[in-house]
Amino acid sequence: TPCPQWPYCRKRCSYCNFNTYVVPAVDEAAVRSCLVREAQTLLRLSQVHRWVHRVGSGGVLGPSCPPAASHPLPHSVTSVFFGGGTPSLASPGTIAAVLEAVAGAAHLPAGAEVTLEANPSSTSASALDGFRAAGVNRLSIGVQVRGALPAAAAAAPRGPIVTVLPPQSLDDAELRMLGREHTAAEALKAVEAARGLFPGRTSIDLLFGLPGQSRDAWAQGLEATLRVCDDHISLYQLTLERGTALAAQVRDGALPAPPQDLLADMYQTARSVLVAAGFRHYEVSNFARKGALSTHNLSYWQAEQYIGVGPGAHGRFVLRAEGGCSREARVQTLEPVAWMREVQSQGHGTRSRAVLSPLEQLEELLTLGLRTDEGITHKRWGHFSPQLSLQAVFGEPGEARALQQEGWLVLDNGGLRCTWAGLAVLDSLLPDLLWQLQRV
Amino acid sequence: MALAGRAALRWGARLPSHGPAAAPLCRQAWLPAACGRPYSSRGKEEIDMSTYPVESIRNFSIIAHVDHGKSTLADRLLEITGTISKTDRNKQVLDKLQVERERGITVKAQSASLFYSHEGINYLLNLIDTPGHVDFSYEVSRSLSACQGVILVVDANEGIQAQTVANFYLAFEAQLSIIPVINKIDLKNADPERVEKQIEKLFDIPTDECIRISAKQGTNVEKVLQKVIEKIPPPQGNTADPLKALVFDSTFDHYRGVIANIALFGGEIAKGQKIVSAHTKKRYEVHEVGILTPNEQPTHKLYAGQVGYLIAGMKEVTEAQIGDTLFLYKQPVEPLPGFKSAKPMVFAGMYPIDQTEYNNLKSALERLTLNDSSVTVHRDSSLALGAGWRLGFLGLLHMEVFNQRLEQEYNMSVILTAPTVPYKAVLSSAKLIKEYGKDQITIINPAQFPDKFSVSEYLEPTVLGTIVTPHEYIGKIITLCQDRRAVQKDLLYIDENRVMLKYLFPLNEIVVDFYDALKSLSSGYASFDYEDAGYQSADLIKMDILLNGNPVEELATIIHNDKAYAAGKLLCERLKETIPRQLFEIAIQAAIGKKIIARETLKPYRKNVVAKCYGGDITRRMKLLRRQAEGKRLMRKIGNVEVPRDAFIRVLKRETDK
Repeated sequence: TPCPQWPYCRKRCSYCNFNTYVVPAVDEAAVRSCLVREAQTLLRLSQVHRWVHRVGSGGVLGPSCPPAASHPLPHSVTSVFFGGGTPSLASPGTIAAVLEAVAGAAHLPAGAEVTLEANPSSTSASALDGFRAAGVNRLSIGVQVRGALPAAAAAAPRGPIVTVLPPQSLDDAELRMLGREHTAAEALKAVEAARGLFPGRTSIDLLFGLPGQSRDAWAQGLEATLRVCDDHISLYQLTLERGTALAAQVRDGALPAPPQDLLADMYQTARSVLVAAGFRHYEVSNFARKGALSTHNLSYWQAEQYIGVGPGAHGRFVLRAEGGCSREARVQTLEPVAWMREVQSQGHGTRSRAVLSPLEQLEELLTLGLRTDEGITHKRWGHFSPQLSLQAVFGEPGEARALQQEGWLVLDNGGLRCTWAGLAVLDSLLPDLLWQLQRV
Repeated sequence: MALAGRAALRWGARLPSHGPAAAPLCRQAWLPAACGRPYSSRGKEEIDMSTYPVESIRNFSIIAHVDHGKSTLADRLLEITGTISKTDRNKQVLDKLQVERERGITVKAQSASLFYSHEGINYLLNLIDTPGHVDFSYEVSRSLSACQGVILVVDANEGIQAQTVANFYLAFEAQLSIIPVINKIDLKNADPERVEKQIEKLFDIPTDECIRISAKQGTNVEKVLQKVIEKIPPPQGNTADPLKALVFDSTFDHYRGVIANIALFGGEIAKGQKIVSAHTKKRYEVHEVGILTPNEQPTHKLYAGQVGYLIAGMKEVTEAQIGDTLFLYKQPVEPLPGFKSAKPMVFAGMYPIDQTEYNNLKSALERLTLNDSSVTVHRDSSLALGAGWRLGFLGLLHMEVFNQRLEQEYNMSVILTAPTVPYKAVLSSAKLIKEYGKDQITIINPAQFPDKFSVSEYLEPTVLGTIVTPHEYIGKIITLCQDRRAVQKDLLYIDENRVMLKYLFPLNEIVVDFYDALKSLSSGYASFDYEDAGYQSADLIKMDILLNGNPVEELATIIHNDKAYAAGKLLCERLKETIPRQLFEIAIQAAIGKKIIARETLKPYRKNVVAKCYGGDITRRMKLLRRQAEGKRLMRKIGNVEVPRDAFIRVLKRETDK
């Protein structure tokens, strides 16, 4: 699943530390041809069309190569996600070109989820129409434009999805603090326009834990969101990332740091309100109703294969074309100009490649899989660890057993997953679980 | 910390080079200046020391506050007497260690014999470098006991400082002739007249006896030499008497063993003689004797009144303890008075930052202590910090410099815990008295602290502190001293602007941050020095730190009752900041016996999960999680509470390391 990056923004948001660039003029044709070229190269290397794949199995991920083509399904790209930067600043023609390249290099089924992150100020109805015509079928609208998001995930032809970037907030003052270009009214308009064009497939992002944000303000924001939202909501606690303007303001005391207890309250409130409104809390920060889960993002949390295209994009896939059978972690060159130079000279701008050991793959699976409500199924675990079962690793006396007894974790026929309480403190559980895993 | 000054600390020595790999010809491979002998010694022919009878000998020291110019004056004296050639490179010739030159203190005292002709007579002038800091007051007193006089150097700009006072009294009590010298008269702000008045007021020395010099430019330095000859009496001692030699310093050389610096109070000494240590009763054969110029220069003999060195097959510096008396085998003499074994006054735990460095640190400690018998080393281990040592030092500066030398000369970074002092308990419990075999014990480790029901009295070490300050800071300083439980003993204006204060301090009140506090509230102008003042009765208690009711052994402290609440509160607060939140609530308490005196509550995590986790940034995140998982190995578990090693380090280590 390719995940093309558009690394440019009109303005840098005060909380953003992603790999984004604000430049006066982007040579879109050059960027487009490089995105196309890199997508082609990486898809060829991964030989996606030959991936042996069963639905939901996550493709070829195990430490050893699977028996050749036991399920000779044609293999296809399951989703495409345009992240950034602000990919909605790119022209629909660029999006179309990349999608054509993907379809040319691998099978891109008609129903594959194709998400575009969009910014309310760059999502006029006509622009959105253009993106739809280009093949985008899911929008993720946010105030916040996120960095590198990967691309292809496993084939689950459940219909395409476009993600428009997170709208963070529907309050003008909050938006100004976040350094967003748009106003709440613009955000609302954008969501409406998107829903019109991508009904049931528009996601919105909300941020909470803004400096000075009160419990009430957050509850009101949630209510307002519920009135306008579609069937997918991502809600993120604001992370004060080092090096951002917002973090500096908080550090210097210009803005108050939100108290931990308040953040916990906000999170619990949101979980309860959204679940009551019929949403499934399917991942730490993601909620969906009517089955509108993001296929693309699920593929990360299920540790499937994905291909990162564009400056600073990350990927995890097996290099079939080179006869490889090990999952690799790849990172593309961060800086756009350098990245373009590399793509032009060698077809791709991969800056680093690292083969993931079986233990590293299991560590990633635990870290990502436990973020979902489903957790890690026995089957998925078995793909990565054919010899040692979940039960063998975590069923014995040790950290995981203690965490189960304390009510944070469950290990049963369904697999290993967090309880409702455990999900909120997952990062306190993981070091214990990884430490137990490392000792096996 | 610059408690002392250009104090010639006597523990150090010609340091061994970094390792056996270093060239044998160059013992101080790390210090090129020392290798090439940039100064000429007086040729290779052996000097006949019998041509210098006691009447032509003067043994003296230079004493001064830090940076008042002691080493520069020494450089000039060495040049004038032709001991070293005159070049621009002679800067602190006797200060050879990196730490000495950087800090302007003399860690390793280097003595030197100077030859000087005055009014037709050839004199042998022995400059005996003495430690000026009271950490080493015992060493100073031994060095001074080899002298008959001192040059007291005072900066013409700064005037009398705390260490000047302490030095003066040491010399005065040893009944030495004192030659006051006012240095740095070339400086723009020099005010020698004011300093002369201070000297007159405080030390009762007439103003016209002061010599105004500029050691840097050489002004009037010759006059100082003449005064040394005129004012300082020659040593007493008769070559016909049996040998009686004082060991006033000892150093260790990897190739030749211990080199003892000696002063002959009677008799003579030569190669081949059999000698005995009055302290250890061990017998040795003399391999070599000679004088220091300042490198060792062998001579046939040394005679009464002279000062030099001796090599006699001693393997460890503890065999040549400072203050010991040497005599000829089968010709015992009354040992010179005043011998004491080194008595550590400040203790601190030392641990490698990484336990895999344990053996390297161990070997570095062994090498450094080869030259410094005054450091006591006991193996210790802490559940939190791993295997390490409890080291005893003569004082704070000693500890500071030792640590700095470990870092600079052995490239060792260590965790040094906050220093503690040796308390005492007078036992009343018959059972304990029987157990210890005595009714008074010294407590170094809080775990050994006997409860008050088996003790009639606790004692704490005290020091007499001298503070010299511009008078505008006096109010703040008095408040600071009172906060430190100090009792004022004296307050004297040494001139219109400067005040000298004397306070009796409990030692533990100054070991951590007193000097820094004093410097900061006086904008750096106040100076401080202290001397041992014995033990006093104290209301001591043992304070425990509890995590969810379980005591944390390594955080127990012995503390004065009056300070317990404040200290307990501070410790709890610091722990609260350093222990990470966990899945359950943690009560952090300070307790005296069963009584809780301070409490902080660390709330549990209610939410701890990263908001965004997609494909993009997973690598960095995995790195962090793996590090946390590996950190579990190093966690110290107190009951169910996990305490990272960092938390202990941050709570236990000295403030100045922050």
